[in-house]
Amino acid sequence: MESTPFPNKEGQGEFSGDIKSDQPESPLNVKLEVFEGPLDLLLHLIKKNEIDIYDIPIAVITQQYLEYLEMMKSLNLDIAGEFLLIAATLLHIKSKMLLPPAEEEQVEERREEMEEDPRAELVRRLLEYQRFKEAALDLTQGSLLDRDVFTRSFLEGKLLEGGEEALIGEATLFGLLEALKKVLQGVPPGEFQEVSLDQLNIKEKIHQIMDRLWERESLTFTELFTAATARREIILTFLALLELLRLRLIKIYQSEAFGTIRIFSPIEREEGRKRMAERIL
Amino acid sequence: MEDAQLKAVIESLIFVSESPLHIDRIKEVLGEVSKKEILRLLSDLREDYDRSQRGFTLVEVAEGFQFRTRPQYAQWIKRLKKAKPLALSQPALETLAIVAYKQPVVRAEVEKIRGVDCGGVLRTLLERKLIRILGKKDVPGKPLVYGTSKQFLEMFGLKDLSSLPTLKDLEGLGPPPAEALLPFLGQGKKDITAAEGDEPLADEKLGPS
Repeated sequence: MESTPFPNKEGQGEFSGDIKSDQPESPLNVKLEVFEGPLDLLLHLIKKNEIDIYDIPIAVITQQYLEYLEMMKSLNLDIAGEFLLIAATLLHIKSKMLLPPAEEEQVEERREEMEEDPRAELVRRLLEYQRFKEAALDLTQGSLLDRDVFTRSFLEGKLLEGGEEALIGEATLFGLLEALKKVLQGVPPGEFQEVSLDQLNIKEKIHQIMDRLWERESLTFTELFTAATARREIILTFLALLELLRLRLIKIYQSEAFGTIRIFSPIEREEGRKRMAERIL
Repeated sequence: MEDAQLKAVIESLIFVSESPLHIDRIKEVLGEVSKKEILRLLSDLREDYDRSQRGFTLVEVAEGFQFRTRPQYAQWIKRLKKAKPLALSQPALETLAIVAYKQPVVRAEVEKIRGVDCGGVLRTLLERKLIRILGKKDVPGKPLVYGTSKQFLEMFGLKDLSSLPTLKDLEGLGPPPAEALLPFLGQGKKDITAAEGDEPLADEKLGPS
């Protein structure tokens, strides 16, 4: 891929490779390759164009990157701020590289900042990211518990024997509220919480809970919360549970008054997904 | 007690343990027997399993010992038990890898590497108990410091943190200025107001070479 300082229009055709369309006649039925973030997208573009990561033709990549964002926009996908940030970075690098070489007198002063290739910092970030992407892959190559290797299961035995945790019946609303109170009391009132901007909503929470349930078969009420769960999220989780109960996607049992509360899903993953898609939007 | 008997006792202890059994616990139970002796018996035991080609074997994981089935029989076990495959998304795995190699680590560092918001993913990993909060970093905002948990080691079959696969080196570019590439490396540990009951962190071993 040659490096050209000017965006070339022919490059636009490039994206057809990213669009997987089942029915070419229907332009609405397009699936975009999903990228984890802007760095992921950049790595993909570099790989696709068979570019040397140490010598990125910045104009070409910038153009393709922007085209991709444009396409996301036209598909009404939300473009996260992070994508725009990297877009700005790319444009900044491009403009730096277009600057004419400095005049003799200025060379002295500017040497320091000219010494480093404007792309270097971005390349470092890309390499660093790729490294952890590979590390993540490496992690899944080993013998994973409950995928490749298994241990004896102690939970099942307990449930069957009906030992300490005999499940006598479905939990009542009061049992649930009592448990909620206990969790809320566990939140230190004066404690500073990490302020996070991402707004979790009930729908996401519902999906989170169900995904965990389908993976584990059952969860205890307290397992839904960690020491770091904020008050707002505790309430949100609770509301999600009530909604799931209403939709009959879960069943909640309690062993005795104030005993362990255990949550099950009576529905298989496939069926549940369908039902969730129908009823929760 | 004779070796054979001791070996059987150790075997029975591991058999009834819910989580990987630490050698110290075995020693507590056995009393007189030295650690070295126990280790020898444990490796003996494992050899027994390997030699007789049992369906399961003795594995050292999460700083303890546990019986685990051999990978080649996974498909049969999945027929028996309802399959509940590992459901970690790509973002979750990436984030987990960063936490594993960079711990102790704060959210901002993870986000710097991934280039996207990681709050939700970190929370999910916390809920699944694959990572844990080690404390708070003593910088403005007192951000939470994350590290991996014992469950993480169990899930990925790791003996301890030092048995994580080595990170691939950054090639080319010459040695990048360390401070530009890893702005937080090395200062993390000192700055943490350690949470109580923390295990020693093996972060020295994990730093990229």
